[in-house]
Amino acid sequence: MTSGLWELVLKGVWVTIQLLVCSALLAMAVSFVVGVLRTHRLWIVRFLAGFYTEVFRGTSALVMIFWVYFVLPISFGWQLVPLWAGSLALGLTFGAYGSEIVRGALNAVDPAQKEGGIALSFTPWQRMRLILLPQAVPEMIPPFSNLLIELLKGTALVSIMGMGDLAFSGNLVRLALQESAEIYTVVLLIYFVIAFLLTRGMRGLERKLKAGTGKPVGSTADQELSRPETTGVGGAVA
Amino acid sequence: MKWDWSAVSGFMPHFWDGLLVTLQILALGSLISFALGLVWALLMRVPSRWVTWPLGAVTEFVRNTPLLVQLFFLFYVLPEWGLTFSALATGVFAIGLHYSTYTMQVYRAGIEAVPVGQWEAATALNLPLRRTWTAVILPQAVRRVVPALGNYVISMLKDTPMVMAITVLELLGQARLYSQEHFQFTEPLTVIGVAFILISYLASLLMRALERRLAH
Repeated sequence: MTSGLWELVLKGVWVTIQLLVCSALLAMAVSFVVGVLRTHRLWIVRFLAGFYTEVFRGTSALVMIFWVYFVLPISFGWQLVPLWAGSLALGLTFGAYGSEIVRGALNAVDPAQKEGGIALSFTPWQRMRLILLPQAVPEMIPPFSNLLIELLKGTALVSIMGMGDLAFSGNLVRLALQESAEIYTVVLLIYFVIAFLLTRGMRGLERKLKAGTGKPVGSTADQELSRPETTGVGGAVA
Repeated sequence: MKWDWSAVSGFMPHFWDGLLVTLQILALGSLISFALGLVWALLMRVPSRWVTWPLGAVTEFVRNTPLLVQLFFLFYVLPEWGLTFSALATGVFAIGLHYSTYTMQVYRAGIEAVPVGQWEAATALNLPLRRTWTAVILPQAVRRVVPALGNYVISMLKDTPMVMAITVLELLGQARLYSQEHFQFTEPLTVIGVAFILISYLASLLMRALERRLAH
């Protein structure tokens, strides 16, 4: 491969990383807001948050991307920059998966902890911030780590819309060189290295957050089988 | 927002064609992933580093890289090696292979969750290894893994649109074709989006019912 083509691949890596960061931030915001709302005491709030999760988790990420690229501009007049359109579609979809993780972890906190907060007359917001979240967040890290890898894999979808990410530059190089095996192997390896680094980073984060809580790092066989329905997400035993 | 019902009725015949292809991919892909996943899970128990290490590395690689690029790889590289399959067959195989690396984890967890006493009882009864697996361990393991496998079928459903990228006309492929021919994007794309939500919701209800039946 000539240096010009390598530059193309590197540019693709950069776009993929930008997309990953933007959509991961959006997905995280969505999953915390929706996940916390799903434990709200008013049924209508719980219902609306649950409805959001069902709708965005129910549809395919690729269909969502098509919708944001083709239907939003025509029907609503919102023409988004490709990077934002891709981040929006991926962030909303993966945020719905993430909200299940947040809800599951919040519900898994010992009810006595919440009752303790009520006995100390904490406000609901104080209970969430000072009691529930500090205990729930470390438990969320392994499923979030799986979700992040799925999101990385999801970023390749925007190449179908012509956005110049890693998968797209792979296709361009294939057209230029006609050496499919080499270029796709390189692209897959790059994705794998990024995924590997992300997994390592998340595992370090889990160790750090769980230090001193007396809980084991990683998941057991039982947790693997009783994983909340995340459909399409997770699978790797941390 | 403009909504044109005539575009919906015009798209519906294509919708049913696409749905049939999507469900075909889903059914065949599930079968491949269930079978291959079990093979991987059993091979991972072979007490030899020469088997488990390469297999573990390859499945980890397949699991952590995008299905889309794997589809491109199989679609463009296999013909270079003299293996030519239809786009549909390639898509089914890619999805089945990709998800077998997930189902393998599920089977492994299911096998590990069988109580040790069952193994000891099989040894005490002097059952041969084959009978231990087919009559004692696997029936109990499979019962435990059905809900988890069902979740992967639902997520496979949501990954089937990707085979559109290798020219298969499933739901999304049909919707795109229709949109480009008639320049009406809103209706076909919304119709298939709603269809995906409905199908996966029904499937998750079905899974929950199945889970309850298997629970006791």
